[in-house]
Amino acid sequence: MANSRDTLLDPLFNNNPIALQVLGICSALAVTTKMEVALVMSIAVIAVLTLSNFFISMMRQWIPANIRIIVQLTVIASLVIVTDQVLKAYFYDIARQMTVFIGLIITNCIIMGRAEAFAMQNGPWESIVDGIGNGLGYSAVLMLTAFVRELFGSGRVFGVPVMVTTNDGGWYVANNLMVLSPGAFFIIGMLIWALRAWKRDQVEAE
Amino acid sequence: MLEHYLGLFLTAAFIENLALAFFLGMCSFLAVSKKVDTAVGLGSAVVFVLAMTVPMNNFIFNYLLRQGALDWISENMGGFDLTFLGFLAYIGTIAAMVQIVEMTLDRYFPALHASLGIFLPLIAVNCAILGASLFMVERDYTFGESVVYGLGSGFGWALAIVALASIRERMRYSDVPEGLRGLGMAFILTGLLAIGFMAFGGIQL
Repeated sequence: MANSRDTLLDPLFNNNPIALQVLGICSALAVTTKMEVALVMSIAVIAVLTLSNFFISMMRQWIPANIRIIVQLTVIASLVIVTDQVLKAYFYDIARQMTVFIGLIITNCIIMGRAEAFAMQNGPWESIVDGIGNGLGYSAVLMLTAFVRELFGSGRVFGVPVMVTTNDGGWYVANNLMVLSPGAFFIIGMLIWALRAWKRDQVEAE
Repeated sequence: MLEHYLGLFLTAAFIENLALAFFLGMCSFLAVSKKVDTAVGLGSAVVFVLAMTVPMNNFIFNYLLRQGALDWISENMGGFDLTFLGFLAYIGTIAAMVQIVEMTLDRYFPALHASLGIFLPLIAVNCAILGASLFMVERDYTFGESVVYGLGSGFGWALAIVALASIRERMRYSDVPEGLRGLGMAFILTGLLAIGFMAFGGIQL
């Protein structure tokens, strides 16, 4: 079982999908202006990643190497269609805010990358654990980025005003850079810096 | 008419740059931008794939999926709305195209194929490719417009990755703090590039 625990916990800090593997960055940047949206996105990604790892791992003996990308994508796309329909049915407002980015879970490189790098070589059980672990590692970065962006960009946490902005008659002058795209890049860059200052073995040699 | 297409091309390439304004295709954008040569290779592959897939998906959407699209088969099929199958159809088209590009490169340009490595299959999951198709559907482009949009957005993405790669090659001579080296610095550079591209914001063509 020690092995499963490593598979589960490694992606959190030691082998984080966003900070070290460079996977799944597009959505990490686009849905992190509000924590609520980021949370829904995290749950959706964990669900899709776990299930796709499971199904692809079960089918790995029967997938011909030449057309493996199409097979993997078909599995992932079907799962995302289900997720999309569920979100539209139960979380309509949030689903509308996320626009094309639910569909873009299909092309979230984490899912494809883990399918290709892990599920194609390992059994279903390990693949589920790997899916949850990488999903959590992704969510950790997503939620942290969303927290910083929402707090400084609009003075709120989970939509609850913490620092009242000047627009609502308060004292806090909202930092608009945080809401715009460059802000997200800077925050993730800084996060990576912090992570690597802590885990020195992740520093890249030039 | 020509002006309209030219405006659409420039909007897609600069004002609504897929990489810098919508964060699409970031994974390969950051990972393959270490050298200008590979960046040019990946950039041209993306232009090619986008220019093929956006019009193809436009065709699929207009003649198979949208409500009333099946009229050409028979009258009573006109009521079907198959848009929920969109994701599956678009990604299928894209994956097939990428596989074709991969086989072509492997056969005729083995050096480029080797240097693109794992990122060639990952073009299939390059969000920029699927994102462009989804935007095309959302904005209801005609077939002609979708050809121009595919070319323009691909050109913009390629431009952005080549720009980032050239800056990163220069970064080798700078003294970057240890933890920021590589990926961390790439993020900050992309943020600065994005600020630069924001100067185009608000321009109407």
